[in-house]
Amino acid sequence: MNEPTLNSLYQQLILEHYRKPRNRAELPEHTVEIHMYNPVCGDEIRLQLRVDGDRIAEAKFIGQGCSISQAAVSMMTVKLEGATLAEADDLANQFVNLMHGDEAAARDRSLGDLRALQGVSKFPVRIKCALLGFDALQEALKQSRLEAPAH
Amino acid sequence: MPAEIEVFDLPFLRAQFPALDQEINGHPLVYLDNAATAQKPWKVLDAVAQFYERDNANVHRGIHELSRRATEEFEDARARIASFMNASEPAEIIWTRGTTEAINLVAGTWALDNVGEGDEILISTMEHHSNIVPWQLVAERTGAKVRYIEMDDQGRLLLDQLSDVLGERTKIVSLAHISNALGTVNPIAEITRRVHDVGALMMIDGAQAGPHRPVDVQELGCDFYAISGHKMCGPTGIGVLWARRELLEEMSPYQGGGEMIRIVERDGSTWAEVPHKFEAGTPNIAGAVGMAAAADFLEEVGFDEIAEHERTVVRYAVEQLSQVPGLRIYGPDSLDERSGVISFTLGDAHPHDISTILDSEGVAVRAGHHCAQLVMRHFGVAATARASFYLYNTTDEVDRLVEALDTVRGIFGA
Ligand SMILES: Cc1ncc(COP(=O)(O)O)c(C=O)c1O
Repeated sequence: MNEPTLNSLYQQLILEHYRKPRNRAELPEHTVEIHMYNPVCGDEIRLQLRVDGDRIAEAKFIGQGCSISQAAVSMMTVKLEGATLAEADDLANQFVNLMHGDEAAARDRSLGDLRALQGVSKFPVRIKCALLGFDALQEALKQSRLEAPAH
Repeated sequence: MPAEIEVFDLPFLRAQFPALDQEINGHPLVYLDNAATAQKPWKVLDAVAQFYERDNANVHRGIHELSRRATEEFEDARARIASFMNASEPAEIIWTRGTTEAINLVAGTWALDNVGEGDEILISTMEHHSNIVPWQLVAERTGAKVRYIEMDDQGRLLLDQLSDVLGERTKIVSLAHISNALGTVNPIAEITRRVHDVGALMMIDGAQAGPHRPVDVQELGCDFYAISGHKMCGPTGIGVLWARRELLEEMSPYQGGGEMIRIVERDGSTWAEVPHKFEAGTPNIAGAVGMAAAADFLEEVGFDEIAEHERTVVRYAVEQLSQVPGLRIYGPDSLDERSGVISFTLGDAHPHDISTILDSEGVAVRAGHHCAQLVMRHFGVAATARASFYLYNTTDEVDRLVEALDTVRGIFGA
């Protein structure tokens, strides 16, 4: 009776991103780098962005952890390339909504592959896994804005 | 199912633990997270409830009847744990919040008083963080150095290298009796002898031993021994530091407050007798009563019976798990060198994912670094899944675990 929920959690797309993460590489030209670590479970993500003006020109990460945390950050970086900082903000907010079970967010096609993670909202203890990459993103956006005038 | 030797009446035993009798996600609970904390039998639950229902009052100093009763039960509990650990007298039992606080007590009193610049504290890479960090704090404050006994590829201490790290600079050695991350049982009595040969003190972290085997501090010959109530069927928030009286007498107090003083004056105070010198503030009275009830419970079941039953279940678990494709078990190969903890990984499925999937089938295991990051580093993994068994677990539950691991393999294609 629980298979449906489990299947909704472990969608093929998630496992595919876990096995073949997109943008999992060093980005030597990054303008901002954020290291997020969850001491409770040991999941780790180092997110690197190259921000050019108000756009994210490139997004890469290095990380290790569970399928949810790693797939989420992989999917996130796909959406980030070419996005403006404001769009990246919106993406993060909408993803947080998705994790809180928001139905409109679940229908929002602009989330792309990230929509596959909606099943995580039914596993409260795993939500923090999915959010690890977005926590890094939000911190990166904050820093990029602070540093912006200097550029 | 193998032919199981019924060492005791399992259904009856399980019926003593109300929390075991429930469904999780539509499946009967299989609780395999005992190394983190054990479930509580009625005997313990009733003892705690009765204390609050009938006898609740603050301990010591009170003249009224309830205070007398509370004090009596609290001190009886101390005597009960003293006999449980075979201490020479109840005064050698210091109540703490658990093993963590017991280790911090020794680090914060004896070690700060006796360890100086250039001295060494010896622990191992197998330790729980609560037996690493307090010593690092001592080292920071005193200029002493923390040294480590390393492990081999089966997670056993490399004792043939002990003389390289143990010497006249060593002031104290603190080691787990049994590892919570690997289940390794350390030859702790033998190590204690070698530690005493160089004149150092020996502290034993017994958090994972107390629940499973009789602890005899006099036979071990150690100087400090710590246990937690909650891992041996008792309540959370209570534990014990045992130390020899001579040591306790010369040690500085731990925290300051009520209960631990004799006379307080404007310019200073004098301390109460051992053990009260180490027990500032209102103690966890109900916790102590509950922990004593847990000791009664375990001894009524019988440690020999518990050990025999656990051996049967763990042997079966190791056999069955070894046949799961892609599954790797960490820790000693020999069952004689391991307790009821089985740490494992399965293919490229992350332990958190394993745990979520098992939970969806009602099987509770822990996933993560198990507060033993140095162990994880030793084996080059970020985390493991850990199934830990206790007296009420059954071989049927092992089957349920293995079935649930099939689901993991189905999803992760391992
Ligand atoms: C080996 C070991 N040492 C110390 C501790 C800490 O015990 P407590 O959390 O009860 O203080 C634990 C508990 O996880 C343990 O397994």
